[in-house]
Amino acid sequence: MRASLSALTELSLSEVRDRLARKEFSARELTECYIAALQAARPLNAFITETPERALAMAEAADRRRARGEARPLDGIPIAVKDLFCTKGVLTTAGSRILDGFEPPYESTVTEKLWQAGAVMLGKANLDEFAMGSSNATSYYGPVENPWRRRSESKAGDNRPLVPGGSSGGSAAAVAAHAALAATGTDTGGSIRQPASYCGIIGLKPTYGRCSRWGVVAYASSLDHPGPITRTVRDAAIMLRSMAGHDPKDSTSAPLPVPDYERALTGDIRGVRVGIPCEYRAPGMPDDIEALWQRGVEWLRQAGAVPVEIRLPHTKYALAAYYIIAPAEASSNLARYDGVRFGQRVEGGGVDEMYEQTRAAGFGAEVRRRVLIGTYVLSAGYYDAYYLKAQRVRTLVARDFTAAFEEVDAILAPTAPSAAFAIGENSGDPIAMYLNDAFTVPANLAGLPAISVPAGLSADGLPLGLQIIGRAFDEETVLRVGQVLETAAQFHHRPAFVAGET
Amino acid sequence: MGRGCESGIMALDKTAVAHIAALARIRLSEAELEPLAVELSQILNWVEQLNEVDTAAVPPMASVAASALPMREDRVSDGNCREAILANAPHSARGFFAVPKVIE
Repeated sequence: MRASLSALTELSLSEVRDRLARKEFSARELTECYIAALQAARPLNAFITETPERALAMAEAADRRRARGEARPLDGIPIAVKDLFCTKGVLTTAGSRILDGFEPPYESTVTEKLWQAGAVMLGKANLDEFAMGSSNATSYYGPVENPWRRRSESKAGDNRPLVPGGSSGGSAAAVAAHAALAATGTDTGGSIRQPASYCGIIGLKPTYGRCSRWGVVAYASSLDHPGPITRTVRDAAIMLRSMAGHDPKDSTSAPLPVPDYERALTGDIRGVRVGIPCEYRAPGMPDDIEALWQRGVEWLRQAGAVPVEIRLPHTKYALAAYYIIAPAEASSNLARYDGVRFGQRVEGGGVDEMYEQTRAAGFGAEVRRRVLIGTYVLSAGYYDAYYLKAQRVRTLVARDFTAAFEEVDAILAPTAPSAAFAIGENSGDPIAMYLNDAFTVPANLAGLPAISVPAGLSADGLPLGLQIIGRAFDEETVLRVGQVLETAAQFHHRPAFVAGET
Repeated sequence: MGRGCESGIMALDKTAVAHIAALARIRLSEAELEPLAVELSQILNWVEQLNEVDTAAVPPMASVAASALPMREDRVSDGNCREAILANAPHSARGFFAVPKVIE
């Protein structure tokens, strides 16, 4: 009995994997469905580059391997790749005009691992320029639209298109709209978890060093974390296993074995101590987020976990420290875009004029702002007052977590202080935009694994996520508790737009 | 998560922004300097809140990764890919990246 092809994009990654194994349909049939879905989803602007021919060729190769009895863990799984991962011979833009036409002569380690595991590339997903943003509005390729809309009766009928969050906005929108089965993302200050929360799906930021950064366009190297975006916690566990692992080409990659994360999903969290940090309350945070958080505490308690009040006293300073450290690292990393070796060049008189005009034309407003802030805080006379100060505060934020994890095994908090906002909202005020990252940034400063799980709807009918933060390299507990949360929340709401539905 | 110390004092003026932009090799027009001075000053005023934190005895953290870099054997592991690397260059000549003349 063959499954209806139109229903294939409804299946989760784990269901698809199991049904491909039972030969209920082929990888080629599945990929054809997803190619049709991503074309139907074009109004969302989730992709910068579509690669349907490559996808079909990869799917056919997966089918041939399966026919030979040599199937791999992700054989035939169609995914979107955030356009920050270098893909050999395929345009890689980082959402920036300055990388116009750049076709990397190499493949990022994470995507190479995914292709080795049999995954199928549907295309390159839109993102904030150089991953700098919380709305996907800074992309040179235009904003991405969130497949969700506010309930029509809310806010005097305000039914404007919403942001998907950022920076992995295209990845999250594609997965939420069923235009990809899963996606890669990167999380420097919340760029996997916040869009996952805004789009009602799962986003997992692994421990720093768990997934190689090699071949990922660098934003802030000490904070950049590649990770998966999926529709279920199990799918995130499956993706992470194929993305993770030591890479000699990334000197910060952890030389640790990769567990079978799916086996960690036992559903048993009896006795697990879950910290509830009172500092994760922003002034003006909507009541529905506070209420959802309390419901999350109750769900975990009912599953046998032990909620524990904890203190993370430096949380309120994490965001300001981040907005010194990340721009500082960015200003250094982005020095390479000079019009000489790749991307766009604007000719001037001499070489300095060429550099200046190339960078003026190639960088958008937010990237310029961060490069200038970064240049300033690293400059002579200000280095100690800003950059070193921020690094000392980073130590305190990390120590807060170390102390908390003496008492607890995981931490439960809201992912973001709001639901998705409208495209264009917050755009005139950089600091208002930065506040979206208030709850996600601390785990980046401390390098800890964290997952966002959709847990309920806002008063406007928009998805809200809760995050589980864990100890370094303990993604297993994060996933296990995350799945219990997912099961308890029973989040089966659907976005206004799902590819293929009218 | 307040907006911190919004003292309204301009941390940076137009001259300072022009200097930073020159260091960062980003050409700015005269008209762009004033709005950027306002925006960057707002951001710098906002991060001033870090001065509330006593960090006198706290070491700076550059990375959560192990501070000792891993060493490897010093041998060639890659190379012979000049054409592939030059393929992305806006201008190349005789197997090199080409830039405007820098020496008279």
